[in-house]
Amino acid sequence: MSNSSVDDLVEAGSEYHAGFVTDVESETLPPGLDESVVRYISAQKKEPEWLTEWRLKAFAQWQEMREPKWAHVHYPPINFQDISYYSAPKSQTDGPRSLDEVDPELLRTYEKLGIPLHEQAALAGVVPDPAAIGTPAGANVAVDVVFDSVSIATTFKETLAEAGVIFCPISEAVHSHPELVQRYLGSVIPQRDNYYAALNSAVFSDGSFVYIPKGVRCPMELSTYFRINERNTGQFERTLIIADEGSHVSYLEGCTAPMRDENQLHAAVVELVAMGDAQIKYSTVQNWYPGDENGKGGIYNFVTKRGVCAGSRAKISWTQVETGSAITWKYPSVVLRGDDSVGEFYSVALTNNRQQADTGTKMIHMGKNTKSTIVSKGISAGGSENCYRGLVRISPTAHNARNFTQCDSLLIGDQCGAHTFPYIENKNNSATIEHEASTSKVSDDQLFACQQRGIETEQAVSMIVNGFCKEVFRELPMEFAVEAGKLLEVSLEGAVG
Amino acid sequence: MSLLNVSDLHASVVTDDGPQPILKGLTLEVKPGEVHAIMGPNGSGKSTLANVLSGRPGYIVDSGTATLNGQGLLELEPFERAQLGLFLAFQYPVEIPGVSNMEFLKASIDSLARARGEEQPNTATFMKQVRELAGSLDLDPAFLKRGVNEGFSGGEKKRNEIMQLLLLQPKLALLDETDSGLDIDALKVVAEGVNRYRSAENGVVLITHYQRLLDYIVPDFVHVLSNGKIIESGDKSLALELEAKGYAWLT
Repeated sequence: MSNSSVDDLVEAGSEYHAGFVTDVESETLPPGLDESVVRYISAQKKEPEWLTEWRLKAFAQWQEMREPKWAHVHYPPINFQDISYYSAPKSQTDGPRSLDEVDPELLRTYEKLGIPLHEQAALAGVVPDPAAIGTPAGANVAVDVVFDSVSIATTFKETLAEAGVIFCPISEAVHSHPELVQRYLGSVIPQRDNYYAALNSAVFSDGSFVYIPKGVRCPMELSTYFRINERNTGQFERTLIIADEGSHVSYLEGCTAPMRDENQLHAAVVELVAMGDAQIKYSTVQNWYPGDENGKGGIYNFVTKRGVCAGSRAKISWTQVETGSAITWKYPSVVLRGDDSVGEFYSVALTNNRQQADTGTKMIHMGKNTKSTIVSKGISAGGSENCYRGLVRISPTAHNARNFTQCDSLLIGDQCGAHTFPYIENKNNSATIEHEASTSKVSDDQLFACQQRGIETEQAVSMIVNGFCKEVFRELPMEFAVEAGKLLEVSLEGAVG
Repeated sequence: MSLLNVSDLHASVVTDDGPQPILKGLTLEVKPGEVHAIMGPNGSGKSTLANVLSGRPGYIVDSGTATLNGQGLLELEPFERAQLGLFLAFQYPVEIPGVSNMEFLKASIDSLARARGEEQPNTATFMKQVRELAGSLDLDPAFLKRGVNEGFSGGEKKRNEIMQLLLLQPKLALLDETDSGLDIDALKVVAEGVNRYRSAENGVVLITHYQRLLDYIVPDFVHVLSNGKIIESGDKSLALELEAKGYAWLT
């Protein structure tokens, strides 16, 4: 994602700025889900038979499963037959060959989202101007855009290819790198891992695929931008990142959706595989439409994210800034299989108005001397509910494992809730596990101290909240950190009367 | 024309047992260039005066008026009062974890500039200015990167308040027991800062318990506050008299 994009998303005041709808002609499946829908999606993507079978198996498993009810969130039952499982902008079916052929509405969407022009051209599938590639502004981030169910295009593929990096829509990787996809798809999150992961496995539409070869440090940040546009569609993207031995990659993910009165479902799956000495840094700025102040509309963000440190000294770091969605149900986790491997989770989850979040992480220690760090900052405002739920499991094989967990909640006003559910399962007595937790309120004294220096109330709140989140923002790539701060500011508007 | 004009001010503090009247008809006029010291026994209403004028939550104005340069203060939001040029140096400066001093000062000076319709100062120039100011007050410039008052000693917190005073150049400074808890060296640094701030255009209201501070900041007027009212006013000799005799002879 470009430097300015989230910036633009957030600067326009109290309204949800990304809430516009793009009027492009789309091919959308009618609502409903059965085996034929799964087959249709697979056929649309001209998938090999193994993948069709893989999806059908997931679908069969999903049908036998039940929606999880343990999270501290409340919503009316979802009718999975009311959702459309596939939507693609029509103009993409034939693939535009020049910028003139691209649906201008689609280009305007990119523009509104602040994606630079030369990237827009690239995104629309137009061969990029070599001069444009050289411009520093956009050159350090390669972008993949997923619009409803399909990946629109990926930028800077050639530059990346020179380094041997594969970054493309997963639908394309299925054809171009079938051996990698077949080997790793579902290897971290099996089809029947949980209800939503099973659903995703059956109907996933598109997403990003990344492979970093041995010893390669990815020359630029990789980024996927997800957008739900169509009404009544679900978005089920699937991301698979494989970092081979000794490689490094930093990956950013951003999300927005139009403002709609109905709730929409987003059930993504992200799998990360880090081989020995490899490092994956995965950063998310999630700003799905949160619904209005009375809790009408908004995205149900039911996402499964997990990484495995497959080899020794591998490292996976999740950083998330969650400000959007009506309901968030999400636990980016790390399985620390390799000896001396490291898992990190840095999270800021902000809820306002009627938003509900149940989010946290799982750190599963299996290898020796494995280390995990969890820093979670939950901010609740308005009438919202914010939960941290985390599991630290030390397996019998994980000698000298270490975990440090810090879990802080900040309350703004007296109508909101903050909850912490830390689970610790230790089966090895050489482990060191630390847990710190705090709950605080934005104090009147702090607010007054800011106001007395001329700082207006809302800016003062956002400054205090930003300070509270500093340990997490420090972990974000530079340009994202500034944007995340601004995003908090907008999300907090109206939080203090 | 007066800079600060407080007339027959009655105000209460909100407590669990309901509002308790503290100020009971306080009148005070400060002209540009003047330094007024307000002294008085504990509970006389000194800090309440500073808090009510600056708009701190938890106080109720029962009657009376207060103006700064002719503009009514009491109905304004705290930040609007600050933007008009009212500055309160806190008795107990609060910590704001994670917000660096530099960031806080920039937000403050930008807000004040915006309110005056002026351009926000250039960041590089501003940072240089702040670093110089910090140095002149014996504050390690490294402290600018730390969270506002986070882990500061009592003396550092007070010097930080004075640095803000010099940086923001308000029209009227209320100093609420800025001298409390300071050793003699820190007291001198603070006093010197206040003297640097003094000018023919701005005014200072110095709330203090001890005459000691007035050896270094020489006031034009000294007022004695008791039971919510000014019961005696005079020049700096009054402070010396209080030091010698205590408050009992007045009340």
